This record gives sequence, structure tokens and C-alpha cells, in this order.
Amino acid sequence: MRAKTIDRIATGVIVAVAVLIMAVLASLIGYLLFRGLPHISWHFLTSFPQAIKAGGGIGPQLFNSIFLLVLTMIITIPLGLGAGIYMSEYAKRGPITNFIRLVVEVLSSFPSIVVGLFGLLVIVNTFNLGYSLLSGALALTVFNLPMMVRLTEQSLRSVPQEQKEAGLALGMSRWKTITSVMLPVALPSIVTGTVLAAGRVFGEAAALLFTAGMSSPRLDFTDWNPLHPTSPLNPMRPAETLAVHIWKINSEGLAPDAGEIAAGASAVLVITILLFNLGARWFGRVLYRKLTASK
Amino acid sequence: MSHNAFYTKNLSVYYGEKQAVRKVSMEFPNREVVALIGPSGCGKSTFLRSLNRMNDLIPAARIEGEVWIGGDNICDPNTDVVRLRQRIGMVWQRANPFHKSIYENVAFGARYHGTRNRKELAALVEQCLRKTALWDEVKDRLHQSALALSGGQQQRLCIARSLAVRPSILLMDEPASALDPVSTAKIEELIAELKKDYSIVIVTHNMQQAARISDKTAFFFLGDLIEYDDTQKMFTNPTRKSTDDYISGRFG
Repeated sequence: MRAKTIDRIATGVIVAVAVLIMAVLASLIGYLLFRGLPHISWHFLTSFPQAIKAGGGIGPQLFNSIFLLVLTMIITIPLGLGAGIYMSEYAKRGPITNFIRLVVEVLSSFPSIVVGLFGLLVIVNTFNLGYSLLSGALALTVFNLPMMVRLTEQSLRSVPQEQKEAGLALGMSRWKTITSVMLPVALPSIVTGTVLAAGRVFGEAAALLFTAGMSSPRLDFTDWNPLHPTSPLNPMRPAETLAVHIWKINSEGLAPDAGEIAAGASAVLVITILLFNLGARWFGRVLYRKLTASK
Repeated sequence: MSHNAFYTKNLSVYYGEKQAVRKVSMEFPNREVVALIGPSGCGKSTFLRSLNRMNDLIPAARIEGEVWIGGDNICDPNTDVVRLRQRIGMVWQRANPFHKSIYENVAFGARYHGTRNRKELAALVEQCLRKTALWDEVKDRLHQSALALSGGQQQRLCIARSLAVRPSILLMDEPASALDPVSTAKIEELIAELKKDYSIVIVTHNMQQAARISDKTAFFFLGDLIEYDDTQKMFTNPTRKSTDDYISGRFG
């Protein structure tokens, strides 16, 4: 009888906490969408921002955010997968490996503004990459890599030992066993981790202020040669992302509709992250099915 | 020794300080089934796993002594374990098919070892699935996930998978202990059939099973090989008293 009462109270508390969290989340997203959605139009999504006049858009910023995400992931995914595979399958257990793991954990909890300053000093100044998409992508890699490494390592470790033994016992090399037997099994959790890491890139502002910069050149969306300075695809140009743009117009925007633009941009940011999440999960599922022949 | 498939000489296995197998010397005749019996923790699985260097995966494990297979001492650190394991198939207690289609489970290893021709590969897959009496059960769903098969079917698929890389020796670690009686019977029939082409070493906790399927039986106790003889003799007239006690169920 007592045990039953306690169980009921515990269940009640847990449900209440869950409802509370859901309510906070729902009201947050609801408020963002309620304020931002009316302002979103095709024009808003594709046109250039205006400094003083009303009616500016967020076209270049939206493009920059997506392009920066792609650049960052191109650098992060191979490095993260490689390091994660090393940590879980090749590294010998011992103080050095544990130290590396500790460093990775510390790195993942770095304040992003510190990463930004590091990027400014090392990437922008010392390596002389200037305020550019590439600098931003490298700074975000510093920020993202630890998470990617840890998730890959954990996903591989959670693959049943029997799978690995089966591969090796068939006379496959360690590398073949890892890539063809273990990685497909670990894929769903690696995809989830990648999506989480990518979401952080999308929302990050502080680390980009001093690396990717706070302005974009007047982009020419008809010029797709990555070597031209005004081409959207040029990775060496400065680029203001959506999150940075929101921060900027909120703190120093001069346009009369700055508030609406910030609200609209926030809503776009949330929706894009959501779409990206769903898309990446769908892609992960398709890939997993293809590799494992499961339904 | 030429008529022997392989043999061990003074083989010891240590886990850190603990010695799990003590100086075991055994000969395994060609195309016969050898059963390893003994209570849990007696070293029989460890012994089995050292025959294809699977203990390499355990960082603290160390091997002393020799295992001779086809003229090579596989305990030599220069041994190409990848080539070695191709010659030795292995089946575990819990069926562990790859998370791939039924077809891929069998074709995967063979393709890796050089069978690239599609027709050849398909023929090989069919042959291996027929050998394990699985073909008729799965021929219509070859490209569905292997994980949807029953436990017994999965275990036979794992055997088919190891046959596809053309080994000469099969190691089985309690292959039927997680299966129901019907599936167990199928595995036992299969072993009797496979004996014609392969040398088989099987670890089992089931005394009747050892008596039914093996030609020779080895009794392990606390890391020592106590007795090794023809199964017939082991079960009717063992030389050592502890063998008799274990087989008749008085301990272990």
C-alpha cells in the first residue's frame, strides 16, 4: 500500500515536470512563430537587408548560415569520425588516452565567445585567413569537433562486441570490420549526434562575430564562381549569418522595422533548424535501411 | 602428424596473472567432431578462442605454447591473423548475424576475400544456404534483413556465413545452447553433415549433445585438460574419476 502511494506520487511528479518542460518549449516556439510568421514572405527570405529603410530581407544571411553549416560539416565530419574511430577502436587504454578524452570533454564545454577570440587570434590573424567563411567554419569546428568525436566513440562502443568478433573471425581486417560491420550499426546514433552538432552551428553567434565577421559584401547571386570576391560560394569572403544578423539588428539596427525583422529572422532560424533536423534524420534512416536491409 | 588437421602443444592462456588454460596439448583429426566439455570457467571457451587468435581482442590475454595449423604455428606474432581467420570459421553461442540482408550476410565475407563475379557469388550464397538447410526457408526473402529470422535460422545463417569464406576448420562455442529443441536438432544434424568437409571443434554444456555428435571428447577442469579420448570410451568407460563424476552429473 505504501509502495503504491509512493509510486503514484513519483509518477505524478514526473508527469508534472514533463508537462512543465513541454509547456515552456511550446510557449517559446509559439511566441517566436506568432511574432515572426506574419513577417515571413518570399520577399523577406530572398531580398537584401536595408540599413535605414524599412522592408529589408535576410536573403544573404540565410544563405550564409546554410553555406557555413555545409563548410563546417565538411571539415567536422571526417575529422570527428576519424578521431572517434581512433579513440574507440585503436587507442590503447592508458593515461594518455584518458588525457585526450579529458581534453575533448573540456573543449566541448568551452564558452563560445572564447572560441571566437581564439579564432580571431589564431585563424584570422596568425594564419591570416581574415574575416571569412573559412575562418568561421574552422572556429565552429573547434567548437563542434569534441562533440562529434565523443558521439562517434560512444556509438561505436555501443555496437555489440559479437558484431566485431564476427567480422574479424571471417578474416576481415580491423578497418574493414569497423567500416562495413560496425559503422552501419552505429549509424543512427552518429546521425543524431551530427544533427545536434549541426544545430549548434546554426544557432551560434558569439564564436562567429570575430571570425566570419558581421557583414557581407554585396553578393551577386548570379555569379557562382567561388573565386570571385562577390560570389556567394567564395569561402574567403566575410559572411554575416542569420544568428549574428539577429543579434546585430537587435542591438544596433537602424531600420524602422528592425523589431519585425529580428522576429521574422528568429522564426526562420527555428524553422530552418527544425527542417534540417527532420531532413538529416530522414537521410540517416534511408542510409541505415540501405546499409542494413532493415525496414 | 600429417593426417592431423591441427594440434596444440603446451598451450597456456593467461588473463593478466590468472592462468585460464594450462599447457594443453591436443590433436584434432581431420574431418571429425571434437567436443570440449567441462564446468563453466574451466577454460574450454578460452582454449577454443585461442585457436583463431580471437583472444587478441582481450587486452590482458596472453598466450604461451604453440598451435600448429597446416604447417604454421599461429601463435607466432608474425602470423597474418586475417589470413588465418579466413581458414577457420567461428560460430558463437548467441547468433550474431550482421545487420544486413540475408544475402549480404553470406556474400559479404566471400566478396571481401575475392569472389567478385555476381553469378559466382550468387551461386556460392545458394550453395552455403543449402548446406545449412536454410535455402528453402529464405530463398524468397534473400534481400530482407537477417535480423527478422528466428534464433535458430540466424544461427544457421551464421554457419552459412562462415562457410562462404571456405574455411577448413569450424569452431563452435555452444552453438545450440540458446536455441529450442527443434532448432538444436537441426544444428546437430547440420554438424553431422558438415563433418564430411570440415574439422569441427565444439564447446558444449550439454552432455547428451556431446555424446550424440562428437567423435572425440575432451574434458577440461580448472584450466587443465583432464582426459581426451574417443567419445564412445569417454562416456562409457572414462579413465579418470573426475571425468566419470562430471559426465554422470555428480558435480559441475
